[in-house]
Amino acid sequence: MNFEFSDEQNLLREQAQGFLADNCPPATVRKILESDQPYDKELWQQIAELGWLSTVIPESHGGLGLSYYELSVIAEEIGRVLAPVPFSSSVYLATEALLMGGSEQQQQTYLPKLATGEIIGTFAFGEAAGRPSAKSLTTTFKDGKLNGTKVPVADGSIADFAIVVAKSETGVSVVMADLDGVTKNPARTIDQSRKHAELVFEDTPAEVLGGTSDGWSFTNKLLDRAAVLFAWEQVGGAQAALEQAKTYAMERYAFGRPIAGFQAIKHKLAHAYVKNTLARSNGYYGAWALDGDEAELPLAAATCRVSAIQAFYYASKENIQTHGGMGFTWEFDCQFFYRRAKLLSVNIGSEGWWQDRLITAYEQSNVATAA
Amino acid sequence: MDFNDTPKETAFREEVRTWLDANVPTKDELEGLDEIARCKLWQKRKYDAGWACLRWPKEYGGRDATAIENVIWGQEESKFSVPAGVFAIGQGMAAPTLMSWATEDQKRHHLPPLASGENIWCQLFSEPAGGSDLAAARTKAERDGDDWIINGQKIWTSGAHYSDYGIIVLRTDPSAAKHKGLTYFFLDMKSPGIEIKPIKQISGGANFNEVFFNDVRVPDSQRLGAVGQGWQVAITTLMNERAAIGGGGGGVGFSRVFQLAQRVNIDDKPAIEDANVRSKLATWYCQESGLKYTGYRSLTALSRGETPGPENSIGKLVGASKMQDMSNFAMDLCELTGALEGPMAEEYGMYPGAFMGAPGGRIAGGSDEIMLNILAERVLGMPQDIRPDKGIPFSDIPTGSNN
Repeated sequence: MNFEFSDEQNLLREQAQGFLADNCPPATVRKILESDQPYDKELWQQIAELGWLSTVIPESHGGLGLSYYELSVIAEEIGRVLAPVPFSSSVYLATEALLMGGSEQQQQTYLPKLATGEIIGTFAFGEAAGRPSAKSLTTTFKDGKLNGTKVPVADGSIADFAIVVAKSETGVSVVMADLDGVTKNPARTIDQSRKHAELVFEDTPAEVLGGTSDGWSFTNKLLDRAAVLFAWEQVGGAQAALEQAKTYAMERYAFGRPIAGFQAIKHKLAHAYVKNTLARSNGYYGAWALDGDEAELPLAAATCRVSAIQAFYYASKENIQTHGGMGFTWEFDCQFFYRRAKLLSVNIGSEGWWQDRLITAYEQSNVATAA
Repeated sequence: MDFNDTPKETAFREEVRTWLDANVPTKDELEGLDEIARCKLWQKRKYDAGWACLRWPKEYGGRDATAIENVIWGQEESKFSVPAGVFAIGQGMAAPTLMSWATEDQKRHHLPPLASGENIWCQLFSEPAGGSDLAAARTKAERDGDDWIINGQKIWTSGAHYSDYGIIVLRTDPSAAKHKGLTYFFLDMKSPGIEIKPIKQISGGANFNEVFFNDVRVPDSQRLGAVGQGWQVAITTLMNERAAIGGGGGGVGFSRVFQLAQRVNIDDKPAIEDANVRSKLATWYCQESGLKYTGYRSLTALSRGETPGPENSIGKLVGASKMQDMSNFAMDLCELTGALEGPMAEEYGMYPGAFMGAPGGRIAGGSDEIMLNILAERVLGMPQDIRPDKGIPFSDIPTGSNN
């Protein structure tokens, strides 16, 4: 049995943790949350210099060619500090889509620039309230042109290009569109430390992502892959929220002693520890399935996403509760986790949707086993 | 990451499989024997071939095996339906305590018959006035020459009626503070003055007993640790208890309830198509999966010769509630027949059986609340509760009763 990160991967974690503790304190998150700035440019630059954007990009395309275990480690640390940068959009979604389905030429053009942070990519999927399906899409792709509105698109105002899911003559197509000249309206979300936009495509030129004939399956596979990496961000955030709650409970006195001594608080935080541990262990499972592109990736991805959504939601809401009235004030940082937990619990589909995907994946894996 | 054995582990697993294939008792061999005799037959066979209590030193009847080898043995043995259970307390809790606290002579005398299954041991800790608060034991032992004389009552003693020996914590000094006035012994369960009464449980079974002591004599030579050191010795036992008890799904788990949801209907369609059913099942799947991979992380630590972290201590807490909630839900899926038990029920009443057994799982070996305290205090480093019983003589501690 070898179900643990390697020494090298743990060393990377230490370095990432140290760097982010110094360069992405809560004040950095607050600065973006409270301003119109779309992201922290300086932090993004530093992250690019550390090579994190290029972790899984092959060396032939200017990357480090490392595994998804390294990327999972970084994702957890990014999640722990709630870094206000377009990491997930550019790395888990745009880079992944290109790695999965980009033609050799598309890969050569875009991957080296994504690796250095010279360009930022994003994923444009959402349109209207309700669970998306192949039928529900209203954005169209025809004769090389995109038409329609996507909202909310994470980092839509700063991205150079977007991977767009659209209705086409063949069913669903996944296409790449340059965002120069596309109308970008700010789209306020619950978490303004991660800015979103509404993208309005009007005869916007776009090209099919090479090799994606069945765009709906491609989209789902991309969601599965991204779900594992988002889950690691959520695990990191949940852990940080628990630590914040514990630290406060140890310092805060009421009735003559630290509130951390009351069972009502202890049990609350012990429950958070249990949920976090389950989510983390499921994250290992997801990372394993992602790295090996295992047949059970859909099941593993759904398992770690559902688990991570539940853990982060619980830890972030009980962190506020543990802080009492102060936790409800704008001045305190508890809100950051609560906001991010909710954003990440719907950004690529809700807990309910992923629970449904989990059971579907289980049914299909069972059928596959029986056949 | 991978799930593979190292070459050494592979070779060991092969050796284990080969031996088990050739030696697991057949149905004919077990025919006509009661459960205890079956357990003894299998244990003796393992012992004779050097496959009993693998982690123990050879001189005490073990194999000097590594922790990961012990796990591999357990994984392979559990693939067979072998008689097991009656030795768990003796081998899992009494033996480690003897190894830490008994004299060399006592170890040589008592450990091999524990390993071979010749002797069964029970644990006499809980009392009517102290369940979670184990150190509140009031059953007293008074010195009389080379002996001690025991009077009082223990409760929740699994297997007391068929045990040969017991480990026991007794109040030897009521004027000392609670944790300081206890002393630890082992005793012969056939001693005169011991009376054992089974306790019928809500699940219908009677696995536990009340044990009464009326002037029962135990020699001072059977004391473990110093007089007044009993709590410290008891900690050795308790540290091993949670490892011995484990999660225990009792058969009601995700895959079984998933299959039930395929079989029964909601609005003329299989229940598994219902969104609410899918949502609930998915959450339980995540819990099972999380526990499974948490276990794999601990195994990895063992495989590397390291000590597993505290993460494994969530198993019983998550597992016991999951079983209660899943059996509750499975009965709901059956709708109007959900409360049926026995042969008329779905799967011979497995779900009501688990439903009635589950409350015990949430209490035995550390209640949910105690487990949460342990996680908060030992893992998260949060302070202990304020203790009104601290630092005052045991006899002055309020009890809320007249006795």
